[in-house]
Amino acid sequence: MMMIEILSNPWPWYVSGPMITLVMFLLIWAGEGFGVSSTLRTICSIGGAGKHCGFFNFDWRAQKWNLVFVLGGVIGGVIASFVFPNPQPLALSASTINDLSKLNINFDGSIAPTEIFSWESLLTLKGSIFMILGGFLVGFGARWANGCTSGHAISGLSKLQLTSLITVIGFFIGGLIMTFLIYPLIFKL
Amino acid sequence: MKYIKYLLIGVLFGFIMTKSEAISWFRIQEMFRFQSFHMYGIIGSALVFGIVVVQLIKLKNIKTINGDVISFPKKKFSVARYLLGGITFGLGWALSGACPGPMYILVGNGFSVYIVVILSALLGTYVYGLQKDRLPH
Repeated sequence: MMMIEILSNPWPWYVSGPMITLVMFLLIWAGEGFGVSSTLRTICSIGGAGKHCGFFNFDWRAQKWNLVFVLGGVIGGVIASFVFPNPQPLALSASTINDLSKLNINFDGSIAPTEIFSWESLLTLKGSIFMILGGFLVGFGARWANGCTSGHAISGLSKLQLTSLITVIGFFIGGLIMTFLIYPLIFKL
Repeated sequence: MKYIKYLLIGVLFGFIMTKSEAISWFRIQEMFRFQSFHMYGIIGSALVFGIVVVQLIKLKNIKTINGDVISFPKKKFSVARYLLGGITFGLGWALSGACPGPMYILVGNGFSVYIVVILSALLGTYVYGLQKDRLPH
């Protein structure tokens, strides 16, 4: 009973953070490394992008392990949300709930606002900005910066790499510009 | 058989990320608005432990399970590449509420529409590949 509660309830940051380090260590120990955005390049290569673009012309078979890893991630998501569902609503801070309500985003206790992240909203202007433009910028930026949150904020900074510090500063400059300067414009549309 | 370990580590990753709520668009907004310590605690504690792990690997000369030496190759230094790439990524992160790991894990959480976010990220990666020689690095 105790065990089921631990596996169902959300984990505090001081459990989650070190557990993510464990994932990084296990991947290094297995002979690879922690970097999720590389899988996007690998999938482009499998899709044949290497035929006309040198950036995708590499032996993707050596990257199969990472695709298996993210497939595991999907399965982990299924287990965490359907086998051990969180019995409580997400404990979002009151000030965030208040800020978002000013943008007409209702917080219903789930992990993402379904009014934006749903198939119905995909064809609306707002939905396509959040999902299609958002995804595009993440993919483009991750490759330009040679890594994403896992590769830079966790692995790169753990190795005390200056390039990762510059990248993470960039993540925040971009995130703050979007949140404080561009969000108010998007929600006027 | 070789791949089963990666599948299991991936399952662990998906489980942790879901339970940490780091896959939540709301949590990312809370982070960029500096309204909770939660995300900073996750990334910060992962980082502190990560620094210790990397130093231990170096000091104790820990080998991989295959007995190979673990090396950490340095990346070529550049400000333009990492800063501009990072900013582009950050703009997208604040919109989609998900970096690449969480995109996959959210699909597992039943948010099937994140498949579209992944497809868009693939398109972004592809367009970067086509345009990379025209961008500062």
